[in-house]
Amino acid sequence: MQFNNTRRGLIALALGLAFGGNAFADVNLLNVSYDPTRELYQEYNAAFAKHWKAKTGETVTIKAAHGGSGKQARAVIDGLDADVVTLALGGDIDAVANAGLLAKDWQKKLPLNASPYTSTIVLLVRKGNPKGIKDWGDLVKPGIEVVTPNPKTSGGARWNYLAAWAYAKQLPGGSDATAKEFVKKLYGNVKVLDSGARGSTTTFVERGIGDVLIAWENEAYLSVKELGPDKFEIITPSISVLAEPPVAVVDKVVDKKGTRKVATEYLNYLYTPEGQDIAGKNFYRPTDAKVAAKYAKQFAKLKLVTIDKEFGGWTKVQKDHFDDGGVFDQIYIK
Amino acid sequence: MAAAISLHLGPAHAERYESNPATRESNWVKWTVIGISLSFFALFLLLPLVVVFYEALRKGWDAYLVALVEPDALSAIRLTLTAAIIAVPLNLAFGVAAAWAIAKFNFPGKSFLITLIDLPFSVSPVVAGLIFVLVFGRTGWLGSWFIDNDMKVIFAVPGIVLATIFVTFPFVARELIPLMEAQGRDEEEASTVLGASGWQTFWHVTIPNVKWGLLYGVILCNARAMGEFGAVSVVSGHIRGETNTMPLHVEIVYSEYKFAAAFAVASLLAILALLTLVIKSFIEWRAAQAAKEDSEA
Repeated sequence: MQFNNTRRGLIALALGLAFGGNAFADVNLLNVSYDPTRELYQEYNAAFAKHWKAKTGETVTIKAAHGGSGKQARAVIDGLDADVVTLALGGDIDAVANAGLLAKDWQKKLPLNASPYTSTIVLLVRKGNPKGIKDWGDLVKPGIEVVTPNPKTSGGARWNYLAAWAYAKQLPGGSDATAKEFVKKLYGNVKVLDSGARGSTTTFVERGIGDVLIAWENEAYLSVKELGPDKFEIITPSISVLAEPPVAVVDKVVDKKGTRKVATEYLNYLYTPEGQDIAGKNFYRPTDAKVAAKYAKQFAKLKLVTIDKEFGGWTKVQKDHFDDGGVFDQIYIK
Repeated sequence: MAAAISLHLGPAHAERYESNPATRESNWVKWTVIGISLSFFALFLLLPLVVVFYEALRKGWDAYLVALVEPDALSAIRLTLTAAIIAVPLNLAFGVAAAWAIAKFNFPGKSFLITLIDLPFSVSPVVAGLIFVLVFGRTGWLGSWFIDNDMKVIFAVPGIVLATIFVTFPFVARELIPLMEAQGRDEEEASTVLGASGWQTFWHVTIPNVKWGLLYGVILCNARAMGEFGAVSVVSGHIRGETNTMPLHVEIVYSEYKFAAAFAVASLLAILALLTLVIKSFIEWRAAQAAKEDSEA
């Protein structure tokens, strides 16, 4: 049949397109990260590729995937071949560890609880602060529209929730009961629950929905930088939470792909002055004292509580607050 | 179904109704209806289209081209084409087979099969994507077998192709079934009686009879294959430069504050949509002509 040749050609073309993707790179790494780190890792990946080339002569191509932290953990559990995960909170990497993909003591394998940079949660309002929002307490007032992502899928959202909780608890007469009442009122004011932090930012800054965005500090600075200081203002609350986004090598994947060495170096390089400087440039708080001093002016000073001290660690927080039937499910009933 | 019918309606009908005082609508009705539909069209279809191109070109031609040849964008375009090149022919073959089976034979479970063909239309694309994750994911039914044998299905190109095939499944069959049913099997029977083999009947009688409907189905199938977002988003894993299709790429770039780049890629999809419409109108016009020639002959 005259058809056969064309058909064969088409099939060959299709297969070629499908599987001929990346025959060039010596090594391929996949970094599965959370939503707001896009700009950070774009810059860092280029720097690391250069570093690795100089050190070993190998060309490394780093691919990245971004999304809500919980969603990303789910994807890795379902089979997304991440060499390294750089997620928004320890609980999400724990979930990957519980699925058997990496050792349960992953957080001990790198310095500082495996968190090379930290961040915190701040409030972003429209220019001139028309609703007069100054602190967490203003978010529960009637008529204030709040934008924050869904704590079920987003890591940042869980930090947001805990920061609000910590605020309510340290008020005079504060207790777990008053804190619960406070976050219940706050989520009653929430207009849109996006699945990831970047989705919420888009909702607030581009679609113009809401009076205040509860956001990662780095995300808030980035919106102001990208869209102009004439449009938004960052409000630093009286108290917030010290967010430690951790990183880990996914043992099962690197052993299968034979990429353990380069993946480990990829994460270690985050702790070097070069890596720390890129973090600072992208509005993450560096942990290296020298680099932190260089960027000290860029970050407001505020009282920060830690998860371990204030809430007893992520495992407990996850179980008490965010698992099915936890506090969040109890307060967020529409 | 509507499409199959419209293939045979020409402008002649409208003229006949208008020239006859008994069936003519009064002028104000006519112009109100035309006015409403045109302003709706302008507001909800034309305006967004203009905005896409305006935003895409706002930073000039150079920025537009840069956004399109950037490696991640190129990879997204390539992946979208790959998915369409695989999905459309497969669904073409499936659609013809299914329509043939349904229109020309009687068998138990026929109406059930017709319902099943429509399933991808009634299922939410997100659910469709999740089905593949549940089946082919690491913890899924078949997933561990595929992973042990070093084959990646979801979060890789095959998963995207599968999801695309699933959501575009019904287009060709949906277009052909009413057409083939309306034509019946008289001509095939005649051809068989005259000594043609099964394949000869298929190529020389059946296919020419349905070719315009078939093309129409393929065009719609292709448009959906390239534009699908939901199902593909679930199985993609969003690896940049690897498993992002054009619609996914648009979303990512948009949320990175690169509006011009996002709209540049979106404009490619819009151009595709316009091309689809042009081809579709051409097919309708040819089909109407063919129908006219038939009735004159």
